[in-house]
This record gives sequence, C-alpha cells and structure tokens, in this order.
Amino acid sequence: MSDVRIEHVTKIFAGHSARDPAVLALDDVSFAIADREFCSIIGHSGCGKTTLLNLLAGFEAPTAGTIEVNGRGVGRPTWKRAMVFQDYALFPWLTVEQNIVFGLEMKKVPADERKAIVAAQVRLVGLEGFEKRYPHQLSGGMKQRVSIARALSVEPEVLLMDEPFAALDAQNRALMQREMGRLLARTEGAARKTMVLVTHSIEEAILLSDRIVVLSSRPGRVKEIVAVDLPRPRDEDSAAFIALRHRLRDLINEELAADSGAAA
Amino acid sequence: MTGTARAIVSLPPPPALAARLFARLGRLAVPAVFLGVWQFASTTLLDDTTRVLLPPPTAVAAAAWELTVNGQLLHHLADSLRREFVAFLWALVAVPLGVAMGWWKLVNDQLDPLIEMLRPIPPLAWIPLSILWFGVGDTQNQFIIFLGIFFPILLNTIAGVRGVEPNLVRAARCLGGGEGAVLRRVVVLAALPQIVTGIRVGLGVGWMALVAAELVGANSGLGFLINDARTLLRTDIVIVGMIAIGLVGLALDLLIREISRRALPWSRSMQR
Repeated sequence: MSDVRIEHVTKIFAGHSARDPAVLALDDVSFAIADREFCSIIGHSGCGKTTLLNLLAGFEAPTAGTIEVNGRGVGRPTWKRAMVFQDYALFPWLTVEQNIVFGLEMKKVPADERKAIVAAQVRLVGLEGFEKRYPHQLSGGMKQRVSIARALSVEPEVLLMDEPFAALDAQNRALMQREMGRLLARTEGAARKTMVLVTHSIEEAILLSDRIVVLSSRPGRVKEIVAVDLPRPRDEDSAAFIALRHRLRDLINEELAADSGAAA
Repeated sequence: MTGTARAIVSLPPPPALAARLFARLGRLAVPAVFLGVWQFASTTLLDDTTRVLLPPPTAVAAAAWELTVNGQLLHHLADSLRREFVAFLWALVAVPLGVAMGWWKLVNDQLDPLIEMLRPIPPLAWIPLSILWFGVGDTQNQFIIFLGIFFPILLNTIAGVRGVEPNLVRAARCLGGGEGAVLRRVVVLAALPQIVTGIRVGLGVGWMALVAAELVGANSGLGFLINDARTLLRTDIVIVGMIAIGLVGLALDLLIREISRRALPWSRSMQR
C-alpha cells in the first residue's frame, strides 16, 4: 500500500525585504492519491505544482498541514519517494550503468543483485548498448530514460516526476509519452507504482493519468479533480480524449483569465 | 554528369606538405625577428663594457649549455620543484577546509572573517617575518609558497561546492543518499573541476612566490641562482634562469591541464 494523503497543506516562502515580499505558494491544499494510482497535477506556471512535488519528496517542509505516505508523515527525502527531474539531474561523472546503480548502492543492495536489477531497468527503458556511455554523450530523451531507470531501480513506493518531458523536442516528447503510456499499460497490477506527475501539458496528463488534479494560480488551490476513465494505451484522436482535453483547457483558461484580470 | 555533381560536393584537398610547413614557420617569424634584433643590439650597438647588461642570445645559449653540462641547472631546478611540491601537498588541506566552508554555513561563518583578514596579504609580505620564524632555507620557502597555493585552492573549492547543481544533491538524497554519501559521492565530485582550476591557479601563484622567496631566503633554487649570478655580473646565467623559471611555470600549467582533461573527461570546462 502506497497511498498519499495531502491534508490542508499551505506553503509560504518567506520574503527578504519590502520589494521581495513573502509568497503564498500553496493555500490549504487537500487531496489523496490511491495506491498504484497515476495522478497528474496540472495548472499553468506559478501555480505551485512543483512546490507541491518538492513537499512530497521532503526537499521542503509545508508551512502548515500534513502529508502522509502509507500513513507515515513525510520527513527527510528517501528512496521511497524517488524523483525524476526536468533537467535529468544525472551525475555527469558516472556512466549510464553507474548512474542507475547509484541508488542501489545507497540502499545497500548486495552487489550480485545489483547487476540483474540494472540490466532489467536498462531493458525496460530501452538503453541496451549505451550502458558505458556518459550523460554528455546522450540525447535529451536518452538522458531522461536513464533518469527514469535510476528512479525505478530503487523500487520507490511513490515515483515523483517533475515535468520530465518538458525539456525534450516535440518528436522526442511524443515518443517518451507514448512509451510511458505503454509502460503503464504493461505494468497493471502489482508491479504498478503510485506515480505523481507534474506537467503543464494537458495531453500528457490525459495520456498517462488515472486522475488529474487541476490547481488554481497564485495561490495554488485545488480547483478540480478530474478522473480519466479511458482504456490504455490511450488514443489521442478518440472523441472521449478530445472532449476531456476541451474540458481541462477550459478549466485552465478560466484561471488564466482570472489571473490576468487580477493583474490588470 | 555524376562526375560534375561529385566535384561540386567534394571537400577541398588538404594543403600540401610544403604549404603546411610554410604556415608553421610563418608563426615563428616574429620570434625570429625578435632574436635577430636582440643579437644585433647586443653585438653591434653595445660596446665591450656595456654588453654585460644584455648578453646576446648566443652567449645565453652557451651559458645554458654550460649549466646543463655541469649539472647546476638541474640541481637548482630540482630544489625549486621539490619546494613547490612539498608546499603543494600541505596546501591540499584547503580542499577539505573549502568543502566544509562551502557546505556548512556554521563553519563558514566562523572561519570566513579570519580568511578574509589573511587573504589580501600578499605571500611576499610574509617573507621578512617568515625569515625570522624559520630562518633561511626550505621551511621558510615552503611557507611562502604554501601561502601562494593555499588561498586559490580554498576559494575555488568553496565556490565549487556552493555552485553544485541543487538538483544533483536532491537526486542523490531521494535515491537514499545520507549526508556523508551526498558530500563524498556528489558534492566533492561536482566541485572537482573548479577545485582543479584552483590547483592550477595556486601552483602558478606559488611558483611566482617561490622565486621571490628564493631571491632572499635560500641557498639553492632557481631564484637563488639568478640572484647569485647577478652578484657575479653573470647576466647570461641570469637570463638562463629566467627562461627556465618561465618554462617550468608553463610546463606545470600544461601538466595539470592534461591530467584534468584525462581524469575528468565528463567536465566540459576541462575539455577546452
């Protein structure tokens, strides 16, 4: 069981001066993510979605409220909540293989078991033949594959993803989204992990999620939670997909209008 | 038809051997003119009494040969390099110190005022006091060189640690890395390119400080050699010593650059 409960979470970033005042990033955010659910958090930039993910990982602490995973409060960062970063955050001095094995060494997995786990992860993300390469020798898409394999190798209870495909070019992004969708379709049941994806792409959220949390902007509040009941792998051209996309776009545009109205 | 198409896309042929040789030699034109003017000025413009102020390149070359054959040059060079190396080993304490200052705010807050007080004092300003403390010889020289090497390494290490990509640290933490592992396996390695830059700068500053320290506080070494030759009015030897000091400084820099290029192939800044 790896359910996540976020209860009345507020995050305020302290200001340093009159010109740099305190910022209310998240305001009384509450929702829950079920075990093995794929949950996306969307909203346009500045809505605090990345802040929420950082709180989930334990990189920062909420100003008020509680976050529990498996019934235990979130404390310091641990491998139980591994993160995939937008900028990959691969260790440039380690090869693909060494990057993936890093977490296993931290976890003190016996050396003879590590090899098999790394090989399985390399196969899962399609990096065979690139094990000895260094990150600077890889394309953006391949770097993100390494990053995903590295995070999955430690068998986290929850996999956190912060705009993982945002830095890729359009073709690679579409490819990675499809592959992620296929990976999710293949790993139904026990092998599935609880996943939290932060993204600003509505299509990506619909393609991958069981549920989508729409955050309002400045401060971030839960605006609506939308369930995605479409069979996997999902067809972007189906009527249901397009209808859902319209609905989510309207929700986000409302926020955009409210935001610019407030600024004017 | 295909022949013409191919001719259009074919790459230009590499320049002929003679052309390449000529281009290579062309770059030596200015140094050659410089040596020629020097030779002319020394042998023709100066008379027998003033020539000692600027001996011609031929006399310098003869002195270099003499010093090499009788082993003097090697002897002084070895002493200077030994001092630089010993001081460098001592100065490496700047690495752990800099990592601690860059990583823990408390350590930095305590040590920074002292460092900022000592750092602006040039190593050479320590020479009089250090002669009183250590006397003339290796220890005093090494102390001065140490001061020259220490601060560049320290400052670069601190900056390197502070500049580590925050997401690398976060990635290590959410893969299960504890404080010690994050420091040893991520922070120090991510800061390594800049630490190496500090070592390069430090060895350069140290080498300059070494020569100054040997001018006044040594009985051997390249700095001693040129000062000793001055008292004997052997300006040819002075110039040989100066050239040797310059060449060794250059060689040290190239050596560190080559080592870091091979040891840190992943570092972009090292590949240039």
